[in-house]
Amino acid sequence: MTNPVTVEAAATSPAPEAPPALEAARPIEGRSPGQIAWLRLRRDKAAMASAAVIGLLILVAIAAPLLTALNGHGPNEFHQEALNTELGGIPKGRFGGISSEFWLGVEPGTGRDVFSRIVYGARISLVVATLATLVAVGVGTVVGVTAGYFGGWVDQTSSRTMDVILAFQQLLFAIALVAVADQIPRTLLIVLVIGFLNWPYIGRIVRGQTLSLREREFVEAARSLGAGHAHIIFKQLLPNLAAPILVYSTMIIPANILFEAAMSFLGVGVKPPTPSWGQMLSNAVSWYSTDPVYVAVPGLALFVTVLAFNLLGDGLRDALDPRGGR
Amino acid sequence: MPDRPAALGRPGPAALDTACLEVRDLRVHFPTDDGLVRAVDGLSFRVAKGRTLGIVGESGSGKSVTSLAILGLHDGTRARLSGEIWLGGDDVVTAGAERVRALRGSRMAMIFQDPLSALHPYFPVGAQIAEAYRVHTDVARRVARQRAVDMLGRVGIPQPQRRADDYPHQFSGGMRQRAMIAMALVNDPELLIADEPTTALDVTVQAQILELMSDLQREFGSAIVIVTHDLGVVAETADDVLVMYAGKAVEYGSVEDVFYRPEMPYTWGLLQSVARLDRVRQDRLRPIAGAPPSLITVPSGCAFHPRCPYCSLTDGKGEAAVPALEETAPGHLVACHLPPPARRRIFAEEIKPRLQPATGGQR
Amino acid sequence: MLGYIVRRLIGVVLLLFVVSAIAFGLFFLIPANPAQQACGKACNPERIAIIEHKLGLDKPLLTQYGQFLKGIVAGRDYGEGTQVTHCPAPCFGFSFTTDQPVWELIKDRFPVTLSIAVGAAVLWLVVGVSIGIVSALRRGTWFDKAAMTFALTGVSTPVYLTGIVALFFLSATWHVLPYPTYVAFTDDPLAWAQNLIMPWFTLAFVFAAMYARLTRASMLETMGEDYIRTARAKGLPERQVVGKHGLRAALTPIVTIFGLDLGQVLGGAILTETVFGLPGLGQLALRAVFNTDLPIVMGVVLVAAFFVVIMNLAVDLVYAVLDPKVRYS
Repeated sequence: MTNPVTVEAAATSPAPEAPPALEAARPIEGRSPGQIAWLRLRRDKAAMASAAVIGLLILVAIAAPLLTALNGHGPNEFHQEALNTELGGIPKGRFGGISSEFWLGVEPGTGRDVFSRIVYGARISLVVATLATLVAVGVGTVVGVTAGYFGGWVDQTSSRTMDVILAFQQLLFAIALVAVADQIPRTLLIVLVIGFLNWPYIGRIVRGQTLSLREREFVEAARSLGAGHAHIIFKQLLPNLAAPILVYSTMIIPANILFEAAMSFLGVGVKPPTPSWGQMLSNAVSWYSTDPVYVAVPGLALFVTVLAFNLLGDGLRDALDPRGGR
Repeated sequence: MPDRPAALGRPGPAALDTACLEVRDLRVHFPTDDGLVRAVDGLSFRVAKGRTLGIVGESGSGKSVTSLAILGLHDGTRARLSGEIWLGGDDVVTAGAERVRALRGSRMAMIFQDPLSALHPYFPVGAQIAEAYRVHTDVARRVARQRAVDMLGRVGIPQPQRRADDYPHQFSGGMRQRAMIAMALVNDPELLIADEPTTALDVTVQAQILELMSDLQREFGSAIVIVTHDLGVVAETADDVLVMYAGKAVEYGSVEDVFYRPEMPYTWGLLQSVARLDRVRQDRLRPIAGAPPSLITVPSGCAFHPRCPYCSLTDGKGEAAVPALEETAPGHLVACHLPPPARRRIFAEEIKPRLQPATGGQR
Repeated sequence: MLGYIVRRLIGVVLLLFVVSAIAFGLFFLIPANPAQQACGKACNPERIAIIEHKLGLDKPLLTQYGQFLKGIVAGRDYGEGTQVTHCPAPCFGFSFTTDQPVWELIKDRFPVTLSIAVGAAVLWLVVGVSIGIVSALRRGTWFDKAAMTFALTGVSTPVYLTGIVALFFLSATWHVLPYPTYVAFTDDPLAWAQNLIMPWFTLAFVFAAMYARLTRASMLETMGEDYIRTARAKGLPERQVVGKHGLRAALTPIVTIFGLDLGQVLGGAILTETVFGLPGLGQLALRAVFNTDLPIVMGVVLVAAFFVVIMNLAVDLVYAVLDPKVRYS
């Protein structure tokens, strides 16, 4: 019989139990955990701002053709006239050639419009990261729940499989896979490779959660009432796994954005001329001393995107699981 | 009530002169996002040397917050403390952090609820006890270890020399609590606070631990404060009882007073909600209706009034005014708006019969 | 404890075995014809046949894999009769493009990666953990807020971006540090360090940020534990409560993560090496990927996996020492 208020107050860290203050303060209203989480999330300014940034990014990605039409330059149009050939092909004008015509300047060497490439690059970043996350979460959840729920050899097999995948050095294995599986369309391949390398992380977490949930009273109760495996898994376990899965999904999206960018940076990402931020940064390595703006623009785009997802992930975690993190 | 050792039924007021612990108008408030949590709100009591005070109440009544306040364990940045807590010549509330630290573990010690989580998982049990000794006594490592082994033997751990090197997870629940007690008593404290000392234990082990505490008290002469929701534990060990509700004392008296002549409806509720084998015509347990109040928006007047079945008999005072803790008989204090004769009548006519035969049978 | 170590060692060997089988399968079987790739651009069917025979590609799969394993353990001979090329153990084959033994290449490049990894690891561990601890203890203060902002920036910045920015300011603009080239430690320790400072800080930035967050979270969780309250109740000075009871529990999980991360980096800090043009294992593999030089790719992938698995093992053993619950079960 721990007095929750005591715990909250005595600890220098968050209360190990659900928000006592909220419960104590409004015993009559009786909020669902989801509502409480939503309230907490809404109070988290950083998370809400991040959500807005992400929303904006998604809009930009969707409206890419529209925005480039407005801008007047496609992502793959070359504008030699915007380059200073005497200086080795760096953009004319200051700040990487930023002007009313080229809103974020032009690419040194080729003269492609940076704004258009950034906007289209957002598509690749978001689509690849989201799809890869879906693959990882999908596979990870299925395997994790099955392993945790059925145990025995199913658990053994899947746990060992995860060990094997986790034994490979991720980025190295990814570039090697891309190199050997050249028949598959590159973008699809990247989605699959990132998803494949990441699912064991989700799988382990889901397995662990399932193991502990399996022993809980409500699952025992369902089982003793004669519920089948399907009922227990879909009606009892999965709803309770939703929160951690959501949190971890949000947290691996930024990691996957970075992963895709890293692959593009290394030259094994989406194939040129499809624009991607990592690739732009890769080009920028040869130009950073003469055209730093060309580093700054894709660099900032990548940084802000990843930061926004990280902040949203932190916010979600804090909102759904007060024990974690802060 | 179960039979209590006669030795514990010593008279109250005379012993008060040698107060070991005196708490005066203690308030512990926590500012939170949702408002100010008044966990303890104007609490006063005293415990004499060699005596045991039981503090009882539901979750959130402020019992544990009180015990942590006595040890000075509240985080100063989160809790607002006021009032006085006198331990001998020191006031824990106003004394400097360093002074309170020196008192902690030496002149006052604490036994926590769950010995598994209260012991450090990565250090051997003996080392943890020896550490507690060495903080306050300047002795060699070897001496401290011997002291720890002795203490483990005193609290009934078999083969203490060997078991001292074990880690907490290698101990059983009862043994862990014994080790906690050994750790608390290693410096012969004047005051021992036990916060739900037996809640995490088996019933059979519970009895052993309580007996051990009584034995050790006789040996060391410490004052003990037992914080619990378990009236059985109180009946078994305490000399005096303090009933807390919403951060305030609502009834205080000797064990006899509180168990056999309780006057506060909340105390009646607590007594009626205890499962008993020897109770005749027991139709069902009577839990106290409603839930403990929010400590942020404490009900007006008597905090218990929304749950009190006799509130209508107070002419509206229940909702309007906070009742004072007043003496109803020598050494027996009650905070209730019901006029004393009415309280006694209700208890005799309505409550006591439900507690039969324990009360009737013994008296 | 001994039984535990033996069990774990067997597990490691089995895991490496499976990893090698998967790598072998993927890299030698998926591409249509390694001999074609080995042969290069100017090629004719006869040459391909010769190469196939020399590499043993005309033999059944299992035989090939067996030979591959044997090569790693005991070395192997390529070709027959007078044209025998001996490849001493551990033999990962010969580079298609340069004909050098893969193992020699790996041995050449490994010191670079090791230098980057160890320097960065020391940095990120010290910086990250210290920041995390102080942040946790001063929760909510300006230090905590600044540190967590720094940490969030760190985990959101790709290594190569940090690298380019560092190059731009420190090397190109202010000329504080040289553009990194690898100088062996044994040749000139000072130049070695001077050249590696930028890569170290660049790589350590991400990890330090991550460790600051992890340590802070772990420390906060620990400081809320009951046994910390017990330590205070004993009257221990706060310094000991934090320094002994707090750190002991809070840093144990960090040790695990550190081992795993170090294992990953030892197999090649590809991004750091690429942005600074340092010839480490990662660069070796990346070049090989572009040249479809499969033996090198496979060699590096396996060596990297070896580090990951070995560090995993090391972590488990250290953990068993640190956590009595593991030690006594």
